Amino acid sequence: MRNDFVRQLMVEMERDENIYLLTGDLGFRAFEPVKERFPNRFVNAGVAEANMMGVAAGMALTGKKVVAYSIASFATMRCFEQIRSDICYHNLDVKIVGVGGGVNYAHQGVTHHTVEDLALMRVLPNMRVICPSYSWEAREATRVAIQDKGPVYLRFGKSPNVDYSQPDFDFKFGKGFVIKEGSDVALICTGNMLDITLAAAELIQQRIHKSVCVVSMPCIKPLDTEMIKGLSQRVEAIITIEEHSVIGGLGCAVGDVLLSCRLTKCIFEPIGFKDTFVHEVGCRDYLLACVGLDAEGITRRVVEVCKDSGASL
Amino acid sequence: MQLPDICRRMRRNILDMAFNSKTAHIGPSLCIVEILAVLYFRIMNIDPQDPEAPDRDRFLLSKGHAAAALYTTLALRGYFPEEELTKYCVDGGRFHGHPCRDAAPGIEFSSGSLGHGLSVAAGMALSLKGISKGVIFTLLGDGECNEGSVWEAATFAAKNRLNNLVAIIDVNRFQGFAATEDIDSLDLKKKWEAFGWTAFEVDGHDFVALEQVLNMAKQLDCPVVILANTISGKGIKAIENTLLAHYFVLDETVYQQTLREIYAE
Repeated sequence: MRNDFVRQLMVEMERDENIYLLTGDLGFRAFEPVKERFPNRFVNAGVAEANMMGVAAGMALTGKKVVAYSIASFATMRCFEQIRSDICYHNLDVKIVGVGGGVNYAHQGVTHHTVEDLALMRVLPNMRVICPSYSWEAREATRVAIQDKGPVYLRFGKSPNVDYSQPDFDFKFGKGFVIKEGSDVALICTGNMLDITLAAAELIQQRIHKSVCVVSMPCIKPLDTEMIKGLSQRVEAIITIEEHSVIGGLGCAVGDVLLSCRLTKCIFEPIGFKDTFVHEVGCRDYLLACVGLDAEGITRRVVEVCKDSGASL
Repeated sequence: MQLPDICRRMRRNILDMAFNSKTAHIGPSLCIVEILAVLYFRIMNIDPQDPEAPDRDRFLLSKGHAAAALYTTLALRGYFPEEELTKYCVDGGRFHGHPCRDAAPGIEFSSGSLGHGLSVAAGMALSLKGISKGVIFTLLGDGECNEGSVWEAATFAAKNRLNNLVAIIDVNRFQGFAATEDIDSLDLKKKWEAFGWTAFEVDGHDFVALEQVLNMAKQLDCPVVILANTISGKGIKAIENTLLAHYFVLDETVYQQTLREIYAE
C-alpha cells in the first residue's frame, strides 16, 4: 500500500503546489521519484520525529498542506504531544502517514510493532483516522485525506494484492464497505486484515453453516455508525477484526456504538491483540497465528463466542 | 508611550492579572517585559489592524507560562482593548494561563508544553523563506532548553539555513525546581554555537541593547539566538532572582507595595 500512497501523493502534489512532504529519514525505494520531481517540496527532517511534527505544524500555520511520514510506531508515539498540541489543537492541515502499522515489521520486534496507534490517534479531537485494507482504499484514502483541510492519520500495512473494490464504491470519511454479503454474522475488519477476514468468513460458513457478511471499515474515525446500527438490527453477531490492540481501536469504536444504541440481542466480540507485547519471533503470518489473528484462529474464536452465548447459531 | 512607560504599564497589568486570578507564573512573566516591549514596539513589522498580513513578522511564545506578559503586550499594541485583560484565568474568562491562538488576534501559536515553539517557528521559517519578508521570532526559557526537541529543532534550523528565524532565550537562571545551572552545567551560548547558530548575549532588561541586537539579528544570513540575561520576578523586590518567583501568588500587601515601587522608579 505504500506504493499506492506514493503514487497518489504524486498525483496530488502535481495538482496542488502547496503540498509538502516531510519524512523522518525514511522512504528508501519509495520517495526517490517524489524527491526528484518535487525537490523543493520534499524535506528530510531527519531522525527527529518530534521536531518533524512541530515543523509540519509551523508550515501548516503559514498555509501549507503537509504530509509527515514515518514508520507507524515512530510517527505516532515519539511525537504524540506535538501531534496533540501543535497539530490537533490548532486543527491544522497536516496528514500523518504511518507505514507498517500492526506487525508488518514482524521480525524487527516490539519497537517496530504498532498496535496502539489507532487508539492514540482516535482519542485526539479534530483528528480523523483511516486504516486502508488494499490498493484501492489506499489510493482513495490518500486522495480524500490530502484534499481535506484538517489533521488525518493514515495507517498503511501490506496490500493483499487483490482488488476488492466495486463500481459503486465511493470513498468518504465515515464510510464502510460491504465486501461480501451475508445475513447471520458480520465480520467488520480494518487495515490489511481484509484478506484474512474473508478467508475466515469461508471457514465459519463451512463450520457453522451460517451466512457471513464481511465489511471493510477503513475509516475508524469518523465511524460508519449508521452501517453498524443497521447491521446490528439484521445479524445475530458482530465481530470486529483488527491488527491492533483490543483496547482503543476499531473494536472499542464499534462497541461504543452498539452500547449507545442499547442493543442486547446482538452478540459482539472484538478480536485483536490482547493487552500484551508480542514476544514471539517470526514473520507477520506467524505472529498473527500466534495471537489468533489468522483465519483459523479467528474462525475458532467466532464459533466459540457464538456457542458460548447460546445464540441460535 | 515611551518604552519605560510601556514596561511600567505592562508590569502593572501583569500584577493585576496575577493578583485578580490568584495564579502563579508571575516571575517568568515579569522578566520578559522589556524583551516583548522592544519586539512589539520597536522591532517587529506588524499591524494590529491587519493581524494576518502575509508579510508580517511573527512571534511565538514558546515559554507559554509567561502568557500574561504576551497578553498585556498585545493589548497595549492595539490588538484588543486593555480591559479584556481582566478576563485572565477567571471563570468564564478569555485567556488561559498559557496562550491559545483562538483567544485573540496576534497570538500566533498555542503553547504551554515546553520544547514545542522552536520546531513550529522553524516550520514557519522554512515555509516562508524566500517568499515572505517576515521574520519569525520565538522566546524560550533557559530551563526549556532541557527539552531534547529544542535541539532537534536547532539542528534542523541550522541545516536548512533559516536566516529568517530568531530565537531569544530568557536566561533567568531558574526553572521548575532548581537553578538552571544545577540541571544543565553546559555553557548555553557555546551549546547553541556548536549547533551552528550565531549567538549573542545581552542584558534582557536593557532596551537599547535589546533593540540593537534584535535589529542585527534580523539582518544576518543565518539562524540567530539571543541569550537575554534577565531577573526572574523583576519588579517584585521580595522575589527577584528566586525559585519562588515562578510560584509566588501575590497578596494585598506585596501587590500594593510593588505598584508603588514600579511607579516610584
